Amino acid sequence: MAELSYRDAVAYGIAQEMRRDPHLVMLGEDIGAAGGVFKTTVGLLDEFGPDRIRDTPISEQAILGAAMGAAMTGIPVIAEIMFSDFLAVCWDIVANQMAKSRYMTGGQVSIPVVIRTLNGGGSRFGAQHSQSVENWCMMIPGLKVVAPSTPADVVGLMAASVRDPDPVVFFEHKSLLAGKAEVPDGELVDELGTARVVREGTDCTIAALALMVPRALEAAERLAGDGISAEVIDVRSLVPLDTQALLGSVGKTSHFYTVEENPRLCGWGAELASIVADEAFWDLDGPVIRITTPHIPLPAAEALEDMSLPSVDRIYETVRKTLA
Amino acid sequence: MSTEVHDPGAYDYSQRPARLPVDVDHSNKDLAIPLQDRVEMYELQQVLRQFEKRAYDLFMQNLVKGTSHLSLGMEAVAAGFGLALRPDDYSFATYRGHAHTIARGAALGPVMAELLGRENGILKGKGGSMHLTSVEHGMMGSYAIIGAHLTIANGAAWAAQLRGTDQVAVAFFGDGTTNIGAFHEALNFAAIWDLPVVFVCENNLYMEYTPIDVVSAVPNPAADRGPAYGLDGIVVDGNDADAVFHVASQAVARARAGDGPSLIEAVTYRHGGHSRADPGKYRPADEVEAWLERDPIPMYHQRLLELGVPEGDLAAIQQSVAGRVEDATEFAKGGSPPGEEHLFTDVWAAGGSAWRN
Repeated sequence: MAELSYRDAVAYGIAQEMRRDPHLVMLGEDIGAAGGVFKTTVGLLDEFGPDRIRDTPISEQAILGAAMGAAMTGIPVIAEIMFSDFLAVCWDIVANQMAKSRYMTGGQVSIPVVIRTLNGGGSRFGAQHSQSVENWCMMIPGLKVVAPSTPADVVGLMAASVRDPDPVVFFEHKSLLAGKAEVPDGELVDELGTARVVREGTDCTIAALALMVPRALEAAERLAGDGISAEVIDVRSLVPLDTQALLGSVGKTSHFYTVEENPRLCGWGAELASIVADEAFWDLDGPVIRITTPHIPLPAAEALEDMSLPSVDRIYETVRKTLA
Repeated sequence: MSTEVHDPGAYDYSQRPARLPVDVDHSNKDLAIPLQDRVEMYELQQVLRQFEKRAYDLFMQNLVKGTSHLSLGMEAVAAGFGLALRPDDYSFATYRGHAHTIARGAALGPVMAELLGRENGILKGKGGSMHLTSVEHGMMGSYAIIGAHLTIANGAAWAAQLRGTDQVAVAFFGDGTTNIGAFHEALNFAAIWDLPVVFVCENNLYMEYTPIDVVSAVPNPAADRGPAYGLDGIVVDGNDADAVFHVASQAVARARAGDGPSLIEAVTYRHGGHSRADPGKYRPADEVEAWLERDPIPMYHQRLLELGVPEGDLAAIQQSVAGRVEDATEFAKGGSPPGEEHLFTDVWAAGGSAWRN
């Protein structure tokens, strides 16, 4: 067991898979010689060489197109899109090509690609470098969507994503990069489509993702001081979605909250809320409540960004008021 | 705001000066191409022509729904490249992909059945005309949003480069594609990585309903952009299968040898409109007439006669192709509409479509 930062866990997880599969390659902007603009790929060029760790021009379509073409002809690929906001400039390849090719061709092609991308706010980067866009991907049939919140999950879910024969969008959270935690020794392979109960409770269920997980946990700790026992679920994987974990928890607590970093409309929590309303309505003792960023572009100034993203205070206050 | 009165006639493209085909280059007869290959290219052009004509007829009978983009008049490009490629090479096409799928060896019946939306279609009816794919023949897909597939062809070429095989990837696209960003990203990317890829622009002079020169900064929309990426701007008569085969073979050999990508602009013309819905009225009448006279297939027929192939042999080929197209039509018509069991298959590699437990 070693302590690893979330940042170092990215390279650690990629290296684990590149040692296992000599065909696996990675490409992206500044990932090689520079070690990544977020230093998430430090050391990989030295260990695996320039044929397997390839720097690219600022050409997101060319990056993901190359990833798809190599993958469909037998070479698994990890592709980095530096900021998840930039998915918008290569969205055709993601949403129309990678996601749909298997279905459209009657199952003739496989696209074993992992799109790694830095997601989320808290870095004061403003509206085009801070978005949480998991929901963009979640709504496209044919894409798997993962967002780890801990270093161990980065490693284990990276392995699961690389070994998955379908395209996976792997969201790494910028504001979690510096955090450290224990990562078990030896090969670590997790499973897509599995949520995790990260705090058990009996009064309400709080479903959270990525940066919102530690915030939900801190809010739960404060709620405990008020005598409210909150269960916190790290959703981890939006597609496939572990609905059984969510429904099972709601069956126990009878109250359901989501904590989402995305703007309000059509956030991932809306789908979860819909599932809970459809399938656990008679278990509920109160309305399903979504705690989200307001429906605005994210502002840059520290004070404004902090007002936008769901904070520990806002999670705590919302649950306390609505459960009372 | 301009006070000039617009002249509506300026936007009637059918009144513009015709863009005429080049004369047949009879010296292409002397290219060192084995006669057997030429006969094969003749047969392939016959297959493509007769298949597309039949596809058109089936549209008119309302047996084909949706849309379709035919390669009538453009067969020499697919035929020339079809012969120049090895079975383990990769092809990528646009929505105008029937010809490129067939040219790689896909059976006519399942392709026709796909156009009819039948269960025995090559994509089980789930892709349709615009997404024809036959991985077993190296035909890696028809991409209906132009541009992306140039970057994807790069990836197939990259895979070949990584494996150390000498396979080549070819991306076919229209003149309109040269004005989308992915075209430029793909050319630069292929050049810097020395990828074994050949980019083939089928310049049929019209970006859908608009003359390509109206919307392009340079006269040759592909070839003139090549030098910006260190690529020669190769222009070839896209109506002469020998000329196409010749430049295709050179570009493919260059890629196989590890000498990097090529960009070829094959100038050609579609005999019909852009798609099923388009009668092509925006084209000057004398232009259409001149290009119909420059039809690649009668020209090639004449060349083979000059090379000593008996008329009877060519007639026999036409006849046998007609039989194959007839058989394909019957095969397609005999297929059932896909059943509900196909609706939820093949979203994931595991076979199904489940997104939750």
